[in-house]
Amino acid sequence: MIVVVVMALAVVALILATSLYYTGTTVTGSTQSGDYAAAGVLAVIGLIALSMSAFTLLQSRRQVAEMKIDIPKVMTTIGCSSVGCDAKTVREFQRGDYVYKELDAPCQKCSGKQMITAIYKEVKDKEKKYPV
Amino acid sequence: MYVMIREVENSLHKLKYIKEEGRKVTIEAIKEIGKPTVDPSPRVDRFLEYFTIGPQSMDPAGVVYKLDHILDVRDERMKDEVKLMAPSSDEVQVNNLENTLEAAMALNFIYKVVRHYYIQGKKTLSLYVIMQLQMILPMVMKEAEAYASALKAFAYGQPIGDGAGPLIAAKLMHGYETRKVQKDCVVATVPFAGRTALVLKAEGPGGNVGKPGDAVETLIEENEGKIATLIMIDAGLKLEGEDVGEVAEGIGAAIGGPGVDQYKIEEKLTKYKIPNYAIIIKEDIGDAVSPMRKEINDAVDKAIERIRSVVLERTKEGDKIIIVGVGNSIGVGQ
Repeated sequence: MIVVVVMALAVVALILATSLYYTGTTVTGSTQSGDYAAAGVLAVIGLIALSMSAFTLLQSRRQVAEMKIDIPKVMTTIGCSSVGCDAKTVREFQRGDYVYKELDAPCQKCSGKQMITAIYKEVKDKEKKYPV
Repeated sequence: MYVMIREVENSLHKLKYIKEEGRKVTIEAIKEIGKPTVDPSPRVDRFLEYFTIGPQSMDPAGVVYKLDHILDVRDERMKDEVKLMAPSSDEVQVNNLENTLEAAMALNFIYKVVRHYYIQGKKTLSLYVIMQLQMILPMVMKEAEAYASALKAFAYGQPIGDGAGPLIAAKLMHGYETRKVQKDCVVATVPFAGRTALVLKAEGPGGNVGKPGDAVETLIEENEGKIATLIMIDAGLKLEGEDVGEVAEGIGAAIGGPGVDQYKIEEKLTKYKIPNYAIIIKEDIGDAVSPMRKEINDAVDKAIERIRSVVLERTKEGDKIIIVGVGNSIGVGQ
């Protein structure tokens, strides 16, 4: 609410500044001379207030847009339990998966028993490093 | 002051959204898994407001066992409630749903506390109340977001960062016969570097931390105190600047929670003069309750190597040792 009021006041200040600059007359009708300095001051105040209130509004809009829960992609690694077979597949996590769960589907390479060896999420955004 | 209030307000809106999402996810999970005949929403709402009163500690003697009893009652009550809400769920699913509900409860609590201080700050127009709240908000939001991503992990039964300890124990005990020990734990006798290792973890794959304190007590008593060393592996909070999945070694009982298990373990270790070592896998609070990161999963082999070097350096061949993987076993079998 306050942001909107500030924005409205900023617009009023800008209008006053324009009016003073071109006519030397304020919107209330009183005539003044040599008001370029006042017009400049009003314009600066108006611009600052307008940009600050616009920035605040944009920020709150962005925060509303950010309001969602990130569900990370979780991967399941399946390995073959036969000695010497290094077959490994990675697929998306399915409900019911757990580490060391033996799967019914046999290994495509050696027909041995398959087992879930790992379940993890990969973090795409690397943490910012500080050289200290 | 205005900027600070705006910031708190925005965070509060986000917390409210996360809390509502938490409630929604929980109800959906209960409906999907538990197939209830009646709408579980009122029961879930009642459950979200559930509280636990800690024991009186004016006379601290025996307070640990009082707390232990209260926690047992709470755990039992929660499990019974979940069974009532989700009658078709099996033991693993009951544990997972209980964890989901606990995450939703945590979100509800965070939201209510932040709202309390926000309203109090506005009512009293106290800059300091708002300022304190605004200062801790980044940490609060980080924790809330972590719980929010934990909700799905718990509902689906995915391993979480806190499961690093059980994951290591599972790797050591996999392929060996296991037996159950009190409470909600499993143990396997495993040959390890020429020693006999009793490897212990909370029973998985359901969301469960067990009571390693009771289990270690039982194992030490079964072996009449003839244990050469106790090694505990747990997820440890990292400091900013440290890498996720870093393995560190130390001394002491590596176990979090309310302290009951740590107390019981320390009592037994002191009684039989058993040395204990701790190995931690570093991660932050967000990683601990959200699906396990690859870096943590990759740290398993490094941690096992570290255990091996501790065992080789600190024990003799033929000794009996206990290795405990502390943490939540969700999504980790054995």
